[in-house]
Amino acid sequence: MTIPSLAHPRTDWAIEATGLVKTFGANRAVDGVDLRVRTGTVYGVLGPNGAGKSTTISMLATLMRPDGGEARIFGHDVVREAQVVRQLIGVTAQFASVDENLSATENLVIFGRLLGLNRREAAAKATALLEEFNLTEAARRPLKRFSGGMRRRLDLAASLIAQPPLIFLDEPTTGLDPRTRTQMWDTVRRLVANGSTVLLTTQMLDEADQLADRIAVIDRGRVVAEGTADDLKASVGTASLQLRLTNPADTTDALRAIQTVLGSAGTAAPQAGRITVPMTDVDRVTELLLTLRDAGISLTEMSVQKPTLDEVFLTITGRGVDDAASPTPTTPDHEVSAVA
Amino acid sequence: MSTASLSTTITPGLDRPLKNRTSARQTVSNSLTMAYRGLLKIKRTPEQLVDVTVQPILFTVMFTVLFGGAISGDMASYLPLLIPGILVQTVLTTSVVTGVQLREDMDKGVFDRFKSLPIARISPLVGALLADTVRYAIATTITWIVGYALGYRPEAGLGYVVLASLLIIACAWSISWIFAFFGVIARSASSVQGISMSVLFPLTFLSNAFVPIDTLPTWLQPLVNLNPISHLITAVRGLADTGTIGVDVLLALAGAAVVVLVFAPLTVRAYMRKA
Repeated sequence: MTIPSLAHPRTDWAIEATGLVKTFGANRAVDGVDLRVRTGTVYGVLGPNGAGKSTTISMLATLMRPDGGEARIFGHDVVREAQVVRQLIGVTAQFASVDENLSATENLVIFGRLLGLNRREAAAKATALLEEFNLTEAARRPLKRFSGGMRRRLDLAASLIAQPPLIFLDEPTTGLDPRTRTQMWDTVRRLVANGSTVLLTTQMLDEADQLADRIAVIDRGRVVAEGTADDLKASVGTASLQLRLTNPADTTDALRAIQTVLGSAGTAAPQAGRITVPMTDVDRVTELLLTLRDAGISLTEMSVQKPTLDEVFLTITGRGVDDAASPTPTTPDHEVSAVA
Repeated sequence: MSTASLSTTITPGLDRPLKNRTSARQTVSNSLTMAYRGLLKIKRTPEQLVDVTVQPILFTVMFTVLFGGAISGDMASYLPLLIPGILVQTVLTTSVVTGVQLREDMDKGVFDRFKSLPIARISPLVGALLADTVRYAIATTITWIVGYALGYRPEAGLGYVVLASLLIIACAWSISWIFAFFGVIARSASSVQGISMSVLFPLTFLSNAFVPIDTLPTWLQPLVNLNPISHLITAVRGLADTGTIGVDVLLALAGAAVVVLVFAPLTVRAYMRKA
């Protein structure tokens, strides 16, 4: 891959967004998002439904005009130089799909023609892409009879006609079975190996972990954490200890014991009597259990869980993914009263 | 495989020739591709052609049988009056579909992809309007054929019938800008249909399409005479029956031009705000 950074240090960044804001009525869907994505990397944007992931992509891909802040793609402003930006990006998203009424080939040929290929080139490109994505047999079939995985592959193929240096993938594997998901991951890796930059959104920490060089965790329109997968995992502990108390009224005492013994703050989950503790030092767990027994705090259940998006969320925002959309924020050490 | 995107190295963003404007040539080319897409859609969903195939047959036969005796004494002598009228009405009804389909299209995911491509912003709109002229041509042809089957013989001959058809298609295309405008500004496809019909019905029925103007109430006559659709129908009758290219042809074209001059800028502006 050529490295343009020597001649143009500025364009080390495929994406530079600062303070992006998008409001829909009273709802601030995106509320001051900063993103910096280095050329030639995979960047994961992780967050629950409604966190503002798709809206952020829409603004970066010139589909929506930001209400505030600014964004540059390879140094080009998404508002003032929108048409230049469009020559540099490919968008694959649920909201940017293909024509349902046409066949896969017809779709790809039309996109090719729109991008300036002549009839022969467009047909050749369509054939090559269909082959590349294992869609040759389905080329003439109506899209209505495509499976979810085939649709997603065709969507991606359509974004690659112009071989854009930056590709947006909005939840590329949502709804796919594990095998097709792995195929999609391989495709993303090959794209990056050829010099593309990829920004993908996902709800799965595992996916971001597998693919992304850096990850931004986004919640309620804000970036709440940013770093490598290792950074993020370190912040939640490599794994977490899950405790369920016999008596939910003991929660405050148990949290205090956890703070004293492990030196880190536990998080009371919305489910009554459940506590999540980042487990940085496994050896000290024994001491915690002894302390709890001595204090007369009885447990009904104890388990160890590897970090999931839920844990990242609980730790970073103090809320679970499920109630991320709820209007009132809950603090990590609030009195547990909710029954899940 | 050398042409496949995954096996070639991607040209870095900086090494690409980029421009922030679309040339006129690209706009034309993009619009033609969009028109091609519109034609493919017609081919793929032939059931959408019901309004330009079944409807002309149904209406022409129905109106002839129903009103022939009452208005002109018998069916045969009603045909020269009715066929041009029903022709214009059918083709204009077809042009409402332009707006409805435009709305449906803009609500679809593929439209968002178009917006993310470096193409002329206006091309999906222009393409849709261009492709629909094919629908008008189908509706026109079928109505003439049904008329012929019922016994209508345009005296001026085939050449003038073709000329009259071109005039109708041109006027329908102009009027489709009104419905395209509704299509762009309306919130749903069904509301486009609703608004458009409430414009279309007075426009086509308050004309000389089905009845001679002198049978109308005197207060209504000036209004009907002002209606550009009346002039279009008179022009078509003149062309088909006597081969005269009269003042009504000019008036019909002038009316069409006014519609385009008013609604094309409105539509384009509303469209660009959303696109």
